[in-house]
Amino acid sequence: MATYHVSVNKKIVTVNADPDTPLLWVLRDHLNLVGTKYGCGIGACGACTVHMEGAAVRSCSFPIAGVGTNKITTIEGLSANGDHPVQLAWEETDVPQCGYCQSGQIMAASALLKRNPHPTDADIDANMTNICRCGTHYRIRKAIHLAAKKGGAAK
Amino acid sequence: MSTTVSRRNFLKITSIAAGSSLVLGFNFLNDASAADLADVIFSPNAYITISASGLVTLMSPNPELGQGVKTALPMILAEELDVKWDKINVEMAPLNAKYGSQNAGGSGAIRGRFMPIRQAGATARQMLVTAAAQQLNVNEADCYADDGYVIHKPTGKKLSYGELAAKAAALPVPTDVKLKDPKDFKIIGTRVPNIDNHKIVTGVPLYGMDTRREGMLFALVARPPAFGKKFKSFDDTETRKVAGVKNVVQAGNVVAVLATSTWAAKKGRDVLKVAWEDVSKLENTADHETAFAELVNTKAANPSRNDGDIDAALTAPNRVIEAVYEVPPLSHANMEPLNFFADVHDGKADLYGPSQVPAQARTAVARALNIPPDNITMAMPRQGGGFGRKLQPDNAVEAALISAAAKVPVQMMWTREDDLQGDFYRPSSMFKLRAAISPDNQLVAWHNSAAVLSRGRALSPDDFPAAAVPNFRCDSHNLTTNIQTGAWRAPTSNSVVFADESFMDELAHAMKKDPIAMRLELFEKAKNQPVGRMSYNIDKFRSVIDLVTEMSNWGKNTQKNVFHGFACSYAFSSYAAQVAEVTLVNNVPRVTRVYCAINCGRVVNLAGAENQVEGAICDGLSHALFSKITFKDGAVMEKNFNTYRFMHMKDAPIEVIVKFVKTEDPPTGLGEPALPAIAPAVANAIFAATGQRHRKLPFDLDKKVVPPGQIKPIPKES
Repeated sequence: MATYHVSVNKKIVTVNADPDTPLLWVLRDHLNLVGTKYGCGIGACGACTVHMEGAAVRSCSFPIAGVGTNKITTIEGLSANGDHPVQLAWEETDVPQCGYCQSGQIMAASALLKRNPHPTDADIDANMTNICRCGTHYRIRKAIHLAAKKGGAAK
Repeated sequence: MSTTVSRRNFLKITSIAAGSSLVLGFNFLNDASAADLADVIFSPNAYITISASGLVTLMSPNPELGQGVKTALPMILAEELDVKWDKINVEMAPLNAKYGSQNAGGSGAIRGRFMPIRQAGATARQMLVTAAAQQLNVNEADCYADDGYVIHKPTGKKLSYGELAAKAAALPVPTDVKLKDPKDFKIIGTRVPNIDNHKIVTGVPLYGMDTRREGMLFALVARPPAFGKKFKSFDDTETRKVAGVKNVVQAGNVVAVLATSTWAAKKGRDVLKVAWEDVSKLENTADHETAFAELVNTKAANPSRNDGDIDAALTAPNRVIEAVYEVPPLSHANMEPLNFFADVHDGKADLYGPSQVPAQARTAVARALNIPPDNITMAMPRQGGGFGRKLQPDNAVEAALISAAAKVPVQMMWTREDDLQGDFYRPSSMFKLRAAISPDNQLVAWHNSAAVLSRGRALSPDDFPAAAVPNFRCDSHNLTTNIQTGAWRAPTSNSVVFADESFMDELAHAMKKDPIAMRLELFEKAKNQPVGRMSYNIDKFRSVIDLVTEMSNWGKNTQKNVFHGFACSYAFSSYAAQVAEVTLVNNVPRVTRVYCAINCGRVVNLAGAENQVEGAICDGLSHALFSKITFKDGAVMEKNFNTYRFMHMKDAPIEVIVKFVKTEDPPTGLGEPALPAIAPAVANAIFAATGQRHRKLPFDLDKKVVPPGQIKPIPKES
């Protein structure tokens, strides 16, 4: 067991955990930030996607010991009022069905827009590799384009 | 006729607030404060409550798995109650007999509840109108309800539902109420977004997996690693040394590790030594396939259907066409793995978790714990998928047994590996199809001999083209197994439609007929000279085929490297016709566009309905492209999502175009009916593009580069 001081959603929090504990379980079980989801535990589905210094990271396969001073942002901290352009686009496009994978999809999409404010369909194909079991793919694509129009990279 | 209900009973509804203690952090009304809840004063039935402050709360009775009923059912209530959609709160109802059947399955929630809950909404509206007439001392016939108010037409005086709630609560509940004329619908038939969207996109706790309670432990369970194995003994010495592990308990055929965090529970389980013993055969997929091949070549003693003389028809001078189709076992693989919260103490149990059959789950828990069902409270969170897996109550029972054994509240969860090994799989099946084409180019015989890995039926003998072909036989063989099988989105249809509709395309090509025109000819035959029973309605089938023909510009495609395939299906009283568009990108087929026409009766929520159809198509496509379960010595070979594959964005259609046939018919099923036709529509489009016939699922297209030169142009149909 070790003690870590990590920056999560602009706050420094103290966590006592084994060094190999995946960031996912630190968020969910230690910090009660349950918006980040477990789907596979091997980085294959992306339900657990968070931002580390603005880049998408699959938190189920990233140990707490590796976080260091990197700033973590979760779905709960993506915007103060749920009004990040990607969140707004997701609501406007009515993307979610069961909804379970969507926080990971939103974190992946917002990281993509930060790097590439106006992604083409081919860019979306290459960068969005999260799994959705309900089949919301078509709407996710529409919502990413809409978020780009709303200035998704601005945040 | 009217029934009197005392005011005291109306007031009892305040228990919806008090009785929800087991639903922490979840079931608070969208924007309702405790004060709003405290003054609920009008509730003529289980679904509707109105407070003096005017807050309207609608209870959604059926579990929400992503099929949209938590939005659509309250829409129906709001329509008849006549309230504005943005002025209401929606709450998920816990399990309670007063809500009737609270199952989610068989695409049945809207079908079954459409009329009863319209009635419930209209009853409340009528009582509010009566209350207003009394209050204003005017003729009731001069008053009408509109967007949360009752208005006296001659004077324009209006009273809000909140102002009328107390008076309405004192009135007898009428049993004979007038429903709205559908032409006056303001909410039904419109697009209303998913009621939980904002919570979902901001990461609010909504799912069973998110349950956190005082004093609870996280439980992970060691289950048999293969079908055919049973628990023998365990050694938890190393497990108990893991920091955070609090207890190890045996519960039936499994062993649970309880810890203060999921990771500690997992580390504890990793070092748990469990001995399993073989108790029955350890089965293999390869053996199933061999057995299927034998079964489909035999005739069942009792065919599912046998019209005319199949053997005589399948001989010269008729031309005989034959093809064998195979579908693999599939896992439900809900994105949210199975879990359940249970707190069992003092002969009582609080349960909270994902289930498609909460009442059945409660009965199963009562039996397992040997306590009366009345001692069990059960509520359902929003659920991260269902697809049929949660028609089984095993997750609730497991959690309850663990809590009872460990004497603590537990949040029991399955890892993805647990989920893939412990499913009730869509059974694999094989279909041997034979048909006879007469010298004058008519389809005169159809024989589907099918085998399925379960005790269920492999096909639906009265489905199209039954009744359209004079010599028609179906054999349904079962291969018994110790592997758990169960319902998976659009059971039976999700397999047999791939075989039937692919074969239909093969026949159309053999007969040199346009695949749609050929089916329409068959429908004409079924209409004019039906042979035996038919499960389907010909006019409804034609309505979707005509619509998708128009939508897809069928037969008129001139784009280079773009090819179309057609398939149609009937399930849960709804009709679907689809055209899949395949584009050859660097000679690899990609499904770029799907057109789908649906006839599901009246559409309640157009937005949700479109989502269901788009979703069913992408879901069906994803599985057709990539997913299969393989058993080796009773164990599942696909351990996680690296090998049990789903499509990514790069494989998904750029566009899914959905249209609904406009009809006044009552709503029919929608969660499942759009799934079965996509696999054959894509297979048929791939054939049009490449001349290659894919008769085995999954297609695994990304591995099959079509060599240049083998690309065929679209066959010119006469």
